[in-house]
Amino acid sequence: MVAVQAQDDLRRVLDDEGRVLPGARVPDVADDVLRNIFDKMTLVRVMDDRMMRLQRQGRLGFYMKAIGEEATHFATAPLRSTDWVYPSYREQGAWFYRGYTIKQFVDQLFGNANDPVKGRQMPVHHSANWLNLVSISSPVGTQIPQAVGSAYAAKIMGKDDVSMVYFGEGTSSTGEFHVGLNFAGVWKAPCVFICRNNGWAISVPREKQTAAKTFASKAVGYGMPGIRVDGNDILAVLQVAQEAIDRARAGDGPTLIEALTYRVQGHSSSDDPSVYRDPKEPEIWEKRDPLNRMRNYLTHRGLWDQAWEQGLIDRYNQEITDALAASDATPPPPVETMFDDVFEEMPWHIREQKAWLMAQARTKSPHHHG
Amino acid sequence: MPVMNIIQAVNDALRLQMRQDPRTVVLGEDVGKFGGVFRATSGLYEEFGGERVIDTPLAEAGIIGTAIGMALYGLRPVPEIQFGDFIFPAFDQIVNELAKFRYRSGGQYPCPVIIRTPVGGGIRGGHYHSQSPEALFIHTPGLKVIAPSNPYDAKGLLLACMRQNDPVLFMEPKRIYRASKGEVPEGDYTLELGKLAVTRPGTQVTLIAWSGMVSIAEETAAKAEAAGISVEVLDLRSLMPFDIDGILASVKKTGRCVIVQEAPKTCGFGAELIASIQERAMEHLEAPIARVCGFDTPFPYTLEHEYMPNADRVLGAIRQTLEW
Repeated sequence: MVAVQAQDDLRRVLDDEGRVLPGARVPDVADDVLRNIFDKMTLVRVMDDRMMRLQRQGRLGFYMKAIGEEATHFATAPLRSTDWVYPSYREQGAWFYRGYTIKQFVDQLFGNANDPVKGRQMPVHHSANWLNLVSISSPVGTQIPQAVGSAYAAKIMGKDDVSMVYFGEGTSSTGEFHVGLNFAGVWKAPCVFICRNNGWAISVPREKQTAAKTFASKAVGYGMPGIRVDGNDILAVLQVAQEAIDRARAGDGPTLIEALTYRVQGHSSSDDPSVYRDPKEPEIWEKRDPLNRMRNYLTHRGLWDQAWEQGLIDRYNQEITDALAASDATPPPPVETMFDDVFEEMPWHIREQKAWLMAQARTKSPHHHG
Repeated sequence: MPVMNIIQAVNDALRLQMRQDPRTVVLGEDVGKFGGVFRATSGLYEEFGGERVIDTPLAEAGIIGTAIGMALYGLRPVPEIQFGDFIFPAFDQIVNELAKFRYRSGGQYPCPVIIRTPVGGGIRGGHYHSQSPEALFIHTPGLKVIAPSNPYDAKGLLLACMRQNDPVLFMEPKRIYRASKGEVPEGDYTLELGKLAVTRPGTQVTLIAWSGMVSIAEETAAKAEAAGISVEVLDLRSLMPFDIDGILASVKKTGRCVIVQEAPKTCGFGAELIASIQERAMEHLEAPIARVCGFDTPFPYTLEHEYMPNADRVLGAIRQTLEW
């Protein structure tokens, strides 16, 4: 079974081998941008592999891989740094592309004293306000109306910033999806919605999320364009993202993009897809692997060579090793920080609870790693 | 000084703040041309236009969800939820998102959204126009809960809320929206959040109330005085954080305490007050702390006058406390 067939309305630029399709319009993307995207896509692959192995060794509590879906992360590439991104939990490439560092990423996973979110959230719930990347939430879809609010705020404040928000196809079943797209349509908010249709919401296939033929078709009900794109085709992703961002910035309103891709492995480190899906299903998609397709395309363009890629892999492996060593040497956040940031100023009852805890014998964390 | 009711005081605070701070926007259902179903935003649309006084589609999760995004981006949104009873479609956005943004982002993303909503019964509104849901939100770390009982406090507290950087649930007592009148300064003033008001000094019993129950407490205190009982009435005004020092000062003086709470009894805010007082002032108490509350039933329609605390019941509790 093929989870989702490519259809006529699917925007593609590259074929499965990374060759430009006959008649396809190639987006105007600078060579260094393409190489930077390949660079960060490689980093995602290296990072995911390393972190999942650490999770399997019992050294990391939880992880979520993006393998097979990495090209969708780079819909953020045409954004400006002042634009806002509301990620879901599987867009590592967007974080790295905007400037989130390997060290910050690793520190967050381990929730150590250098974690940008101070050990407050479980792994993969990053936040980087200096990059306009908004704190990740576990309940799916909550970020959709929030992104619409930021987008509309920019319009109210007379700025031309755009907001982009990611979610999976399962999230299109939530109330917040409907609410968010409806508000955006009514307000003509400069917001770009990226539905990563990877075929599976944990164990539930896309057919059980909607009776609609496509997720993009839902845009019609909200008065905005809905575009389906081959989410494993980096050029097509960049092209439709640029068009949607341009529309938003020009004041023409929001766009829903359905990026057709496939979750090649489990939902998270806690998942076992062999229980609920045909193990042959991923094989079809491995042939459409976004990294391979991009590599092939760059090779045709003379922008890739083996030594460059191997150099990236080696460098990122080393940087990850260094970040892990630094993390191992970093203590957890000081216990008193548990009480910070509930409010801007600590009210009496939290001060009192903090003083009480500080007077107790320290409890050894059962979650210590390394 | 002009005399205003609570609606006018809220309206005045919003107008003042919107004139001072172009980042302040109002959004919600019917808040625009209509000026809100209770008229709290009356005239704002005409003065500030549709981009700052925003009639939203009809969806509470969208009102709060978009307000969060606006606040993160740099606006100071003041969304209105038309009735406190309708807040629950936005419960996740308030509890998991709004209240947690600052904490979960390690302090990166403050989220100053001030949610105004009318609460309480006594308006023949039945279950869906009468509830007092404060306990659910006081129990939500990261959220301030403010509950004024009169026009002066409503204006001063709302202005204070709009000038601080934490999310707030601002609960307005709809039964006395227009009935409660008083002198309100025309210009700018703020009241410190977290401080109660002693609305009537007394010596024998401390009577604690908030929101719509303050008027019941004052009515009770007047009846008690006629019966020779001196009651000190505390209007909490701020429920999270609440003024523990002010409460203890009064209870230590009187040695007796009665709490009036319109919401259902079990796990209501009154229970937290009792626990907090006895932890700190057990040796000062001459009698168990009594509660007069709504019942652990859904809010009834026809029998709402039986459901809600009234002065006779509160006076009865005061007498029992004195006779204990």
